[in-house]
Amino acid sequence: MDRRDALMKMFSAKGVKVNTNRGEAYYSKLKETMQKRLNELRNAPAASKVDINKVLEAEGLTRRDFMKWASAACAAMMLPASFTPLMAEAAELMNRVPVIWIELQDCAGNSEAILRSDAPTIDELILETISLEFNETLMAAAGHQAEEHLDEAMKTFAGKYLCVVEGSIPLHMDGQYGTIGAKGETFEEHLLRVAGSSAAVVAVGTCATFGGVPAAAPNPTGAVGVQDIVKGKPIINIPACPANPANITGTILHFVLTGQVPELDHLNRPKFAFGYRIHDNCERRAHFDAGEFVEAWGDEGAENNWCLYKMGCKGPMTFNNCSVVRYNSGTNWPIGAGHGCIGCSEPQFWDKYAQERPMADTHFKAPTGGVEKTVDEFGLGLLTVAGIGIGIHAAISAAAGKKEEV
Amino acid sequence: MGKHIIVDPITRIEGHLRIEAVIDDNNVIKEAYASSTLFRGIETILKGRDPRDAGLLAMRICGVCTGTHYQRSIEAVEHAFNVTIPKNARIVRNLLQGALYLHDHTVHFYHLHALDWVDITAALKADPKAAAQEAFNWTDKPWGVGEGELKTIQERLTKFVKQGRLGLFANAYWGNKHYKLSNEQNLIAVAHYLQALDMQREASKMMAIFGGKMPHPQSIVVGGVTCVQDITNPARVAEFKSLLNKYTQFVKRAYLADVLMAGTVYADEALDGTGGGLKSFMSYGDFKLDDTGFYKAAQLFPSGVVLNGDLSKLIPLDQSKITEDVSHAWYKGKTNLHPYEGKTEPEYTGLEKKEDGMAYLKTKEKYSWIKSPLYDDNRVEVGPLARIVIGLAAKDKNITKYATSFLAKLGDKLNLGKAAPVSVVFSTVGRTAARAIETELMVDVMMGWVDELAANVASGDHSTWTEFDFDKVSKDAKGYGMAEAPRGGLGHWVVIKDGKIENYQAVVPSTWNAAPIDYKGRLGAYEAALIGTKVADPEQPLEILRTIHSFDPCIACAVHIVDTKGKELGSFKVNTSCSI
Repeated sequence: MDRRDALMKMFSAKGVKVNTNRGEAYYSKLKETMQKRLNELRNAPAASKVDINKVLEAEGLTRRDFMKWASAACAAMMLPASFTPLMAEAAELMNRVPVIWIELQDCAGNSEAILRSDAPTIDELILETISLEFNETLMAAAGHQAEEHLDEAMKTFAGKYLCVVEGSIPLHMDGQYGTIGAKGETFEEHLLRVAGSSAAVVAVGTCATFGGVPAAAPNPTGAVGVQDIVKGKPIINIPACPANPANITGTILHFVLTGQVPELDHLNRPKFAFGYRIHDNCERRAHFDAGEFVEAWGDEGAENNWCLYKMGCKGPMTFNNCSVVRYNSGTNWPIGAGHGCIGCSEPQFWDKYAQERPMADTHFKAPTGGVEKTVDEFGLGLLTVAGIGIGIHAAISAAAGKKEEV
Repeated sequence: MGKHIIVDPITRIEGHLRIEAVIDDNNVIKEAYASSTLFRGIETILKGRDPRDAGLLAMRICGVCTGTHYQRSIEAVEHAFNVTIPKNARIVRNLLQGALYLHDHTVHFYHLHALDWVDITAALKADPKAAAQEAFNWTDKPWGVGEGELKTIQERLTKFVKQGRLGLFANAYWGNKHYKLSNEQNLIAVAHYLQALDMQREASKMMAIFGGKMPHPQSIVVGGVTCVQDITNPARVAEFKSLLNKYTQFVKRAYLADVLMAGTVYADEALDGTGGGLKSFMSYGDFKLDDTGFYKAAQLFPSGVVLNGDLSKLIPLDQSKITEDVSHAWYKGKTNLHPYEGKTEPEYTGLEKKEDGMAYLKTKEKYSWIKSPLYDDNRVEVGPLARIVIGLAAKDKNITKYATSFLAKLGDKLNLGKAAPVSVVFSTVGRTAARAIETELMVDVMMGWVDELAANVASGDHSTWTEFDFDKVSKDAKGYGMAEAPRGGLGHWVVIKDGKIENYQAVVPSTWNAAPIDYKGRLGAYEAALIGTKVADPEQPLEILRTIHSFDPCIACAVHIVDTKGKELGSFKVNTSCSI
């Protein structure tokens, strides 16, 4: 099954909460909007004139490879196949959207992820061909020359660039836990300044979206996510630790296509990537349904790829597309390597999900509590339903339910 | 009167780093200060958690060194519980960290460091035919730099430059007279810069095969590894091997050749010891080669300490002699403490805003979030250069072979009539060369490890995890995980009580290297390496970047230590709207 088929199957699966067929009228209107937007972009002065066709040629990829990618990208964004030519056109115009990427209270994991990329290799090529104006990890300039270039790019592309943010923002001690530049600007000031003249803000990774690891209890530096600071701008959250680069590309493509942010869930995550749970499409799902579980690391179940729920897998509570898109050019993913999901695309996952035991046996409870309600209730509801008829599993779910109510 | 230079942000590193330097009238650096300007508090967050989960969280100290923190944290807990992992798990962990070395070192050289030596704009003026010939001076089988390839790359570059927006390459120190490579040599290096972008993806695939994903792999647990499916599947192992084969070619035919080329062109700076710094080194040792258990196994990189460049005297490592000093770091405390006792409270005294609108470090007082670690009251440097120096002092056969082979080639290129002297390694160039030397060693030994793993699995040993009674071993325990991250000696120390983490401290490579002045007024490794360097143009402090980058700074790693009871200075104020 190729990637497109896999994605289509995923979106039409039972229990998926995303509307995948919105009717002819909706799609014609969307197509019209996109075509208009693309015409605008085509006529706009280029931010960078790297030609995608030349890049393809230099990398030894054919037009056919490219169209195959565009088709898969449509599926990933839940658009009918008839949108493929538009998607290809958008990719060719991506070099016209300038991107400024800033790093705050981070570990550079998302910059590294983009560097290593995943999904079709071409995703990365396209990221390279957007006009990436500023990224501290890769840029040649340093010190005041770097600051100068940032100012210049912000001015040249005022109101047009995407501001990509990696890392959380520390608020305690007047924001002094993180400063940048010769003038000692705090991260908060820096973010407000760069986000201020952007077209939209894309928060990548769980630190920038929900505070992530610095915000884990007891949150020593008072770390928060971008959406807690920036107001009056469209914000797109692409969580996970680190974010899957395929989801970052998808979001940027959507912006190119429509000039707008993609459809988001209640946590501002694009539905195309976060509209379903890891569990819904897990390759070990059949073993869950059959009640076959790994009971200890390295046991018979582990050798036979059985379900990791009892080893603490949080796939049933976690909204993300890892089970289909996977990581590092589709090489593998955590459950593939025999370890449960730790729920890294969910708010406060460090205090709720990141342990190697099921919810029922959790030794650790965050000192400050902090339960992200909707998702948790949803996850538990699912577990309870799925567990009916699987004696052993139902018992665990019930226990989990009781403990969680405390 | 001299000049006071601030470089902030230092780019092409992990994390947030500021360097201030005072230069005299001859543009020679007289004073240098390194400061980390970000702080997160990860050790505090670890307290009270289940020690079995610590590895996943501790790994997030850094997204670049990623898997190495994961391993050290889990080893610290295994050491506390006295759990010895199965052979398969040991080899898998070595392969994961080995692949991390390959990825880190090549990305460091090409994408983080090369632009300090290579002028991209000069590559535009090169003659591709002459450049293709030039490549044969540095290896007999050049990688991907035939005339056709070079022409294509030059055309792409020319087009990119002509359209007027240089993006990531804008506003750099291009044209600075301390760039010494010829146009043709610049073109070769730029070609490899672009090709390395592709190659590093292959190294991360290697890590993903056994790690699940990269960055932040997820297949290691206290007691072993979880990727039993991946090691018992011959196709997976073969995939790893084929990627490693390809990488080996790149390392030998591109990376080593380019480092030899740069080392030859910049030989003056190696011979006069520019950027030498402390000349005292430490290695914790790493890559366990047998299954005799904690800190007894033979290692690929030996442990030890060498002081003041004296290779004839190898001091055995004793972890109890490690302490941390906070006299110039933004923490309270007077005495130097061992990491088991390590407890610190922040005492942030800020920067000094001056009339010129700039904010300066208060270098007479406290000026960084990084503490100053000491070994037996000595300041030491860690990293690839330290591993090579300790290996030479320990007369390690492997390391001596690879190091002397490189020095012989360098001596030949410089027409010395003999190998280049060992003393050339005490320099910025030497630090960069040491990284390439150990990368060559790594690709060669890893091939053997893959075979060892395959043979062991084929013999019927599928064991990946050692069982232990958690409730029994976690009542009252402490342990440490000490090994070598790509950037140098990395240690995690954990104290466990009643199944929970009571205290956690990590002392990481960039803590050793990027630390501020200590209580005796002695400089940190970065600072010492900058002193005496001549800056060609104070407006373009290329030489500062070159020396700082040669350490491969990883600052998020270095700063993470805080106690929640820390005092907060200043008022609490939140600006919640955009400033437009």
